[in-house]
Amino acid sequence: MSAVAHPIVDHNVPAGEPPHIHHMDPVTAYGAAKLGMWLFLATEILLFAVMFCSFAIMRYYHLAEFHDASKHLNLWAGGFNTIVLLISSFTAAVAVTKAQKGDNAGVVKNFAISLFCGLIFLCVKGYEYSEKAHHGMFPFVWNSDFYHYKNFLGLYFCMSGLHALHVIIGMAILYWYGIRPATKGRFSGKYYTPVELGALYWHLVDLIWIYLFPLLYLVG
Amino acid sequence: MTHSHSHSHGHEEIGHVVPESTFLKVLIALLVLTVITVLAAQVDLGKWNIVGALVIASVKASLVIAIFMHGKYENKIIWTYILIPFILLAIMIGGVFTDDPFRAHPLPFGAQGQQAAPPAAPSGSAHH
Repeated sequence: MSAVAHPIVDHNVPAGEPPHIHHMDPVTAYGAAKLGMWLFLATEILLFAVMFCSFAIMRYYHLAEFHDASKHLNLWAGGFNTIVLLISSFTAAVAVTKAQKGDNAGVVKNFAISLFCGLIFLCVKGYEYSEKAHHGMFPFVWNSDFYHYKNFLGLYFCMSGLHALHVIIGMAILYWYGIRPATKGRFSGKYYTPVELGALYWHLVDLIWIYLFPLLYLVG
Repeated sequence: MTHSHSHSHGHEEIGHVVPESTFLKVLIALLVLTVITVLAAQVDLGKWNIVGALVIASVKASLVIAIFMHGKYENKIIWTYILIPFILLAIMIGGVFTDDPFRAHPLPFGAQGQQAAPPAAPSGSAHH
């Protein structure tokens, strides 16, 4: 149909130009992509919403259990991870501004900090999980001393585990759609859609944790 | 959302540019609110603990959506997408809490008489 061989990965466009430039008005393409991303984020929030709803009703039935069990979580580790994620969200937001100004090196630097923060988060999370495993604090271990915390622990591992999975996916997105093209100087004020969408995903990961941290670690 | 003054090709901006200093202010606000959340949880306020924690979390979430995610500069269609999941979550939680607590529950697996017994049913009625 046109000279463009593949509409998604078009290596013939000059750096800083949107790849769809021959097909679609760039402003329309940008708006459509962002709208689609927000729709996807809405489904992501609904995915977690089911778990938040389960948490609410189980907490209602087992208030004392939730209250006691949440005290067994490592507040320092959770608080540290909250700060790490907030900083990573900040650098992801800065990366979008950098991309809008055509500063590709700034995108690489700020997304790399976000990615590194994600790695720290996962390490702390892994330490917490191993700590729980060491004490037998798993929801389905029958002979464990903590079996009576099974409702809380089941939700804790499901919610924080699904969140950790999103951190891993977010790190892949930041690298693949942000850092890698930015090192090739792909972004400019005219085209930075992948940077903004990647940052939006990373902010969602932060957003979920903003609710998970007080519910799991603080008030139970 | 888009800048109408962008007719020259070199200065075309397709989205709102938020200065980095704004992001820094929001980050500081988020960190302060985190400290407040942790401190507030150390005081026993009964059921108000979770209300306070959720209110502070929602303020933080609003800051992230409005500034970090550029929500402040988005149009009504995107705001519809932002609000719908929260509305659905409220409906879901509202629906569960107005239904499940009013049902007779079988004893949880492994529990022995922790809950009040359901109203006495005539013998021979079907169990759950």
